[in-house]
Amino acid sequence: MKGKVLGDLGLHMAADDNVVTAIVDAEAGATLPYEGTTVELPDDVQFGHKIALVPLEPGDDVLKYGEVIGQATETVAPGEWVHTHNMESKRGRGDIAAQAEAN
Amino acid sequence: MPTFEGYPRADGPPGVRNYVAVIPTSVATSPIADEIAAQTGENVRSTPHQMGSDPPAAAREQIERTLVGVGTNPNVGAALVVGLGTERIAAADIAEGIADAERTVETLTLREEGGTVATVDAGAALASDLWDEISDRSRVECDASELRFGVECGGSDATSGIASNPGVGAACDRLVEDGGTATFSETPEFIGAEHILADRCVDEEVRERLLDRVDLREATAELMGVDLRGAQPSPGNQEGGLTTIEEKSLGAISKGGTTPVRGIVDYAEELPVGGGLVLMDTPGYDVESVVGKVAGGAQVIAFTTGRGSTTGNPLAPVIKVTGNPKTAERLANNMDVDASTVIEGESLESVGDRIYEKLLSVASGERTAAEQRRLEEFAINELQPNELEKLRGGV
Repeated sequence: MKGKVLGDLGLHMAADDNVVTAIVDAEAGATLPYEGTTVELPDDVQFGHKIALVPLEPGDDVLKYGEVIGQATETVAPGEWVHTHNMESKRGRGDIAAQAEAN
Repeated sequence: MPTFEGYPRADGPPGVRNYVAVIPTSVATSPIADEIAAQTGENVRSTPHQMGSDPPAAAREQIERTLVGVGTNPNVGAALVVGLGTERIAAADIAEGIADAERTVETLTLREEGGTVATVDAGAALASDLWDEISDRSRVECDASELRFGVECGGSDATSGIASNPGVGAACDRLVEDGGTATFSETPEFIGAEHILADRCVDEEVRERLLDRVDLREATAELMGVDLRGAQPSPGNQEGGLTTIEEKSLGAISKGGTTPVRGIVDYAEELPVGGGLVLMDTPGYDVESVVGKVAGGAQVIAFTTGRGSTTGNPLAPVIKVTGNPKTAERLANNMDVDASTVIEGESLESVGDRIYEKLLSVASGERTAAEQRRLEEFAINELQPNELEKLRGGV
């Protein structure tokens, strides 16, 4: 497996990534070490889903595989679940083009 | 040099199976092709599809290329083409394309034959004769470099990019190193990862062609004033932890391995033999995408899945690989390789070795889970009106 497992629960695929992928069904209260700090999960995070390692603000890039996979749409605290409710794609966005045209 | 036991062909690389293909020219004769195959036993395989009898010119070209490609796949020893009799795609033209590859081929048309029952009867007799003609072919030792290995993913989740895709990618790297061809497709799933593929292209021409194709697929969504988010990632992908198309793509491209991108071909266009890693420009629908690669000459397909998929193909064995431990357990009957071991610590190289061994074994005759259950989905990609407009140079 590429990357490093943090706290037996989160796969950090590349050094620059600001999220990890849960490799177990992680429970609220679980912790993982990151850069000398401890990141605690406020909620359960399902296997395969992402957990923030650092605070994110709307518009901040989300990095996995060492690459940009989208941007935050909400403020996200370290340990929080990162998914469609607080981040979105930056590509294939015909909706944005259509909105710009309408304005 | 690794080898497998295959069926030599008069033209082109060896097959890994030896089938009579029964190919309908349109939806009208698809049920007839199925019935002919059902009556003549497991060595006769039908390729039913939903294409109409009078598709627009550019769409027609792609359908014809697919039907001829299917009939000349190395796994096909002989073919029977079945038409209604008045389609724009004539059975005789498809048969001619297949005969060019030195396969024995017969044609039947329902209107000449005198209806459904007569066509099924005549077709079953012809298919039996064709099988008699090729049934004495035997397997001989063949070089792995003669394999064209198609890789596909479907029902992806977060484990796809961590385990099954890079595991299959490691097998692709071995095949390419041994002189063979590996191919993957689904251009919408290059979006967000195309810069990585572009950096690996062997020259500027391939690079530009790749980036153009990705732009075109992305623009298709933009032209319609919608975004990809409704379909990419799919609701199932999202439940499995994939949030955006970029994330899905970055995981998806790892199934092709790490070697240079030597070219990009059109849907169902013939893949080179001994060609290294070559991409195919296809839509993101896995059944159509597999058929494109089989029509391009792929003898074996590896299909990775996280959430679980049962898809097979009538002519090419499909090896199922999952990286999700729950799917490996729940869908054990539909899976061939468990790559979820990566999450417990098995190296990707070791999983790649296991998949490469499975490829050679399946190429030599081992039946995959999908073959054992006769799971044989078949669908041809039909160019849509907006794509046709692009091809005509409009928009």
